[in-house]
Amino acid sequence: MRSEAEAITMITEIQITPELLAQHNLTEEEYQRIASCLGRQPNLTELGIFSVMWSEHCSYKSSKVHLKRLPTTGPRILQGPGENAGIIDIGDDYAIAFKIESHNHPSFIEPYQGAATGVGGILRDIFTMGARPIAAMNSLRFGPLTQVHNRRIMEGVVAGIAGYGNCFGVPTIGGEVVFEESYSQNPLVNAFALGIFKKNQIFYGRASGVGNPVIYVGSKTGRDGIHGATMASAEFDEESESKRPNVQVGDPFMEKLLLEACLEAMKTGAIVGIQDMGAAGLTCSTCEMGSRAGTGMEVDLQFVPQRETGMSPYEIMLSESQERMLLVAEKGREEEILQVFRKWEIDAVVIGWVTDDAILRVKHFGQVVAEIPNRALTDEAPVYHRPLKPPEISPATSPVQLDLPGPEGGQGKLDFNEVLGRFLRSPTLASKEWVYQQYDHMVRTNTAQLPGADAAVVRIKGTDKALAMSLDGNGRYCKKDPRRGAQIAVAESCRNLICAGAQPIAATNCLNFGNPQKPEIMWQFSEAIDGIAEACLTFETPVTGGNVSFYNETLGEGIYPTPVIGMVGLIEPIRDGRGSWFVDDGDMIVLLGPLIDPDCAYSKAAKETLRSCMRWIPLEEDLYARWANLLPCPPIDLQQEKRVQTTCLEGIRSRAILSAHDCSEGGLAIALAEMSFSHFTASAKGATIEIPGAHALENVLFGEYQSRILVTVKDHDLPVLERIAHTHSVRITRIGKVGGNQLRIFVDGSLVVSQDVHDAEKGWRTSLGHYFD
Amino acid sequence: MKFGVLIFPGSNCEHDTYHMVSKVLEQPAQFIWHQSEDLAGCDAILVPGGFAYGDYLRTGAIARFSPVMGAVKKFAASGGLVLGICNGFQILLESGLLPGAMLKNQGLKYVCRHVCIRVESSATPFTVSLRKDQVLNIPIGHMEGNYYADAQTLSQLERNQQIIFRYCTTQGEITDVANPNGSLFNIAGICNEGRNVLGMMPHPERASEKILGSEDGLLIFESMVRSMAHAV
Repeated sequence: MRSEAEAITMITEIQITPELLAQHNLTEEEYQRIASCLGRQPNLTELGIFSVMWSEHCSYKSSKVHLKRLPTTGPRILQGPGENAGIIDIGDDYAIAFKIESHNHPSFIEPYQGAATGVGGILRDIFTMGARPIAAMNSLRFGPLTQVHNRRIMEGVVAGIAGYGNCFGVPTIGGEVVFEESYSQNPLVNAFALGIFKKNQIFYGRASGVGNPVIYVGSKTGRDGIHGATMASAEFDEESESKRPNVQVGDPFMEKLLLEACLEAMKTGAIVGIQDMGAAGLTCSTCEMGSRAGTGMEVDLQFVPQRETGMSPYEIMLSESQERMLLVAEKGREEEILQVFRKWEIDAVVIGWVTDDAILRVKHFGQVVAEIPNRALTDEAPVYHRPLKPPEISPATSPVQLDLPGPEGGQGKLDFNEVLGRFLRSPTLASKEWVYQQYDHMVRTNTAQLPGADAAVVRIKGTDKALAMSLDGNGRYCKKDPRRGAQIAVAESCRNLICAGAQPIAATNCLNFGNPQKPEIMWQFSEAIDGIAEACLTFETPVTGGNVSFYNETLGEGIYPTPVIGMVGLIEPIRDGRGSWFVDDGDMIVLLGPLIDPDCAYSKAAKETLRSCMRWIPLEEDLYARWANLLPCPPIDLQQEKRVQTTCLEGIRSRAILSAHDCSEGGLAIALAEMSFSHFTASAKGATIEIPGAHALENVLFGEYQSRILVTVKDHDLPVLERIAHTHSVRITRIGKVGGNQLRIFVDGSLVVSQDVHDAEKGWRTSLGHYFD
Repeated sequence: MKFGVLIFPGSNCEHDTYHMVSKVLEQPAQFIWHQSEDLAGCDAILVPGGFAYGDYLRTGAIARFSPVMGAVKKFAASGGLVLGICNGFQILLESGLLPGAMLKNQGLKYVCRHVCIRVESSATPFTVSLRKDQVLNIPIGHMEGNYYADAQTLSQLERNQQIIFRYCTTQGEITDVANPNGSLFNIAGICNEGRNVLGMMPHPERASEKILGSEDGLLIFESMVRSMAHAV
C-alpha cells in the first residue's frame, strides 16, 4: 500500500504548459491567479481542483455580475440562491425546496445517461436539504423530428428520464417539449424537482463544528465523469463524441436507497451539514461546505470507497460518480448515522474532519496531496464583466426572411380547417402523451392534474393545499428580443399557474445560452436577466436559484437564447383547483384580454407568412414551428398581464370560473381545440364560437397575443366575472358556448373553422408517436 | 383489521399503500422490513409496487429471497390474505405464490396511464364488494406487465376462475386495443387456487380518492376488510 501512495505523490511535480492549461480549460491569466492565491505553483491535483471549481459551470464567473439583478427576496423565502436549492414557506409549518438544472451537454453525447443523471442530480439537490421529492418536471428541446438523429436523441433522453425517475419513485408530472432547428446540434435537457418538508427539518450544506467527523456515503468512486463540469463549460466540436467517457452513469436504485437512508439519518439529529456530490464531486462538496461555514476540512482519500484500484488523488477528487453525499456529523454521534446506512446497505465511511483553518487539505495515505484555502476556490474565483454588444441589425425589427423554396404564396384561398389540423399535428403543439406516458406520473398518489394541463398539480397530504408548477421558455421569441421574450416566459409561467387556480409564489430559472465570450451572446444574457427581473418583480415571484448553462454551441453555432422559467404556485383551499377543459354543455366561453392587436408588427408578419408556409412546407414537417419561427416576438405589457391574471384568479376564487386555459402558442384556435379534447374519463366536447368584427383570420385564429386567458362560466355567473374584470380594467368578451361534436368558429358571421373534435383530437394525440413508429 | 405493508430496498409505493389503508380506509397499518421474518400479527399483507432491488436481474427475482418472503409464504399457506400490486405481483410470481411470469410490455416502453379492467370473478376476498363484469378505472405504471403462462397453466387459470381482472374497453369489452401491454388473455390480475393470494398490475391505491380522479380501487381494499370481518 505504502509504495502505491508514494508512487502517486511522486507525480505531483509537474511542468505547467499551455497544453496542460488548455486541457483544463484555464487561461494563462487564470493560472497566474491560481499561483498567486497559493503563493506557489500548484501540483496536478490542485490544478485539477481549481479547473473544476473555476469552470463556468461551478463558478458562474461570466453570469455572476448579472444574476445579482434578479429579485431574490420576499416574505415566503426561507432560503434564496447559494444553497443546494431555494426554500419557500407555504404555511402550516410546511416548506418546499425546488430547483432546475441543465444537463444539456451530457445529453447530447449520451442521451440516456445524460438525461438520467440530470434527473438524479436535481433530486439529490432537493433531498440533501431534508426535503422528500414529490414532483419532477423537464423542459426539453430538440431539433426537428424529421431528422433521425434528433429522434434518436429524444428517444434516449425520454427513456433516461423515465428510467431514473420511475425507479426512484418521483412522479414526473409536467414540463415542455419543443422542436426547433436551433437545437439540432445542441439539445436542451433541463430537469426540475420539488420536495416538501417541515420548516424545522431543513438541512444545509455547511461544515460547522471544528473536530466534527466528515462522512462519505453512497456509491463507490470510479473514474467516470472526470471533468464533466469542464466539459459543460466548452463548446462542442467534431471531437465531442470522444467525450462520452466523461458522461456519468446513473443508478436510480442506489439513489432511492440514498434518499431513504439520508432522510432516516437526518431524524437521528446527529447530522450537522450535508451536501450532495454533483458536478466536481468530492472537490465541490468539501470546499463549499467549509466555505459556507467558515471552516476548513481535512480528508484522507485512502478511506474513500473506490470502485477501481490505483485511482490517483486527482481522479478521486474530480470523479463525478453519481449517488454520493458528504455529511458532517456531530462528534461522538457518528455511529448513529453509520448504523442507518448499514441498515440500507450503503457505504458510509469517516474520511476526515472539520478544521478551523479555512483550508481544504487533502491527504492520501497520510501525505498531503492538495492544500488550498477555501476562499480561493469559491469567493476568490474569477468574476468576469464580459463585454456586451447588441447585434448590428436588431432581430426584433429586421424583416421576416422567408427561407422557403419559392415565392410567396400569392392570393390562393387558405383553408383554415386544414391549417388548424396541421398545427394540431405539428410536434410542437401536438399532445406530448408519447412522452409522459413513459413517465410514472402518479407515484406518491398526489397527482391532482394529469400531464397535459396548463400546470402540473400535486396535493399536499394532510393539508388543504396543493402546489401547481410550470416550466416555460420560448427561444424563438428570445432570439428576436431576449428581454421581452424572457418577460413573456415569466408571464406565461404565471398564467399557467393562475389557470390551475394557483397563486404564483416563487420561481427558479435555467438559463441556456451560447458562448459568453461572444459579446452578442453576453448581451442576450444580460437582456434576458433584465426581462426576468422586471417580470418577477411585477408578479411578486422572487427567484430562489437556478442554473446557468453557457457554451450551448456546436461548431460555433449558438442555440436560440433560451431562459427557462420554473414557476411554483399555491392552491389553497384545494377546491380552488381548476382544469383547462370544457366542463358542461351549455357553458359560456369567455376571453379575458384582447382579441387581437391589429397594429403591431407581429400582426402584419403573421398574415403574410402563413400562406407561404402552407404552400411550401412539406406535410411531415412541423408547420407550426416553421411558421412561428418567422414571426417577431409579440408585445407584452406586464401591468396589463397582471390585471388579466388577477381577474382570472379572483374569478376562480369567486367560483364563477369553471375552467381556464392559457391562450399562448398557436393562439385562440389552438387553445379552443385543446379545451375541447377529452380528458381522463370526460369525453371531447365541441363548441360554437362567434367572433364579431372583420379581422385578418391568420391573426384572430392563430395570433399569439399575450395576456389572454380563455375561461368557461355558467350563464348566471357571467355578471360576477364581468364585475371583476371591470374592476381591473380587463377586456372581457363572450365568444361562444360549449356543446356538440364540432368545433365551429365564425368570424364576422362566416364559418371559417368546422372540425369534428374527435377527429381533431385523434390527429393531435397520435402525431408525435408516428415519428417513432 | 391490521394490514402489513412490506418494504424491500427499492419499493416505492409503500407510502402510497400505507396512506390509503391508514388514512382513506382508516384501518391499522404497519410497515414490515424485508429482513423481518415476523409479520407482526397482521391480518393481511400488501406487497407494494416499485423496483425492489432495482429490478436487477429480473423483476422480483432478488426480492423473492428476502427473509420476509418466507414468512409470507407460510402466511399464505395458512389462508392469510396477500395482495401484490405491480412490482408486488411480479414478486409473488417469482416466489411461486402465483403461476406464470411477466415479459416486457409489447411496446417495449414503460406505460403509465389510466386503464379499464373488468372484474371476472367476485368470488375472492378481494372482490366480494364488486360485481362480476363491473368495469373499474385504475391506472397502470409498469415496464413488465405482459403476463405470460404456458397453455396448460392458462387453461387451468380459466377453469378455476383464477383470472380476476382483465383489461377492457370503457364498455367492458375484452379487445386487443384495450390491452396496454400485450398480456395474454388481457390478464391484469390473477389469484391462486386457494383464492387468498391476488396479484394485479394496476395500482388500486392510485385510484382510491376523488382528487386522484377515481375511487374504484378502494373497492378492492374494502372487499378485503369485509372478507376479514366475516372470517373472524
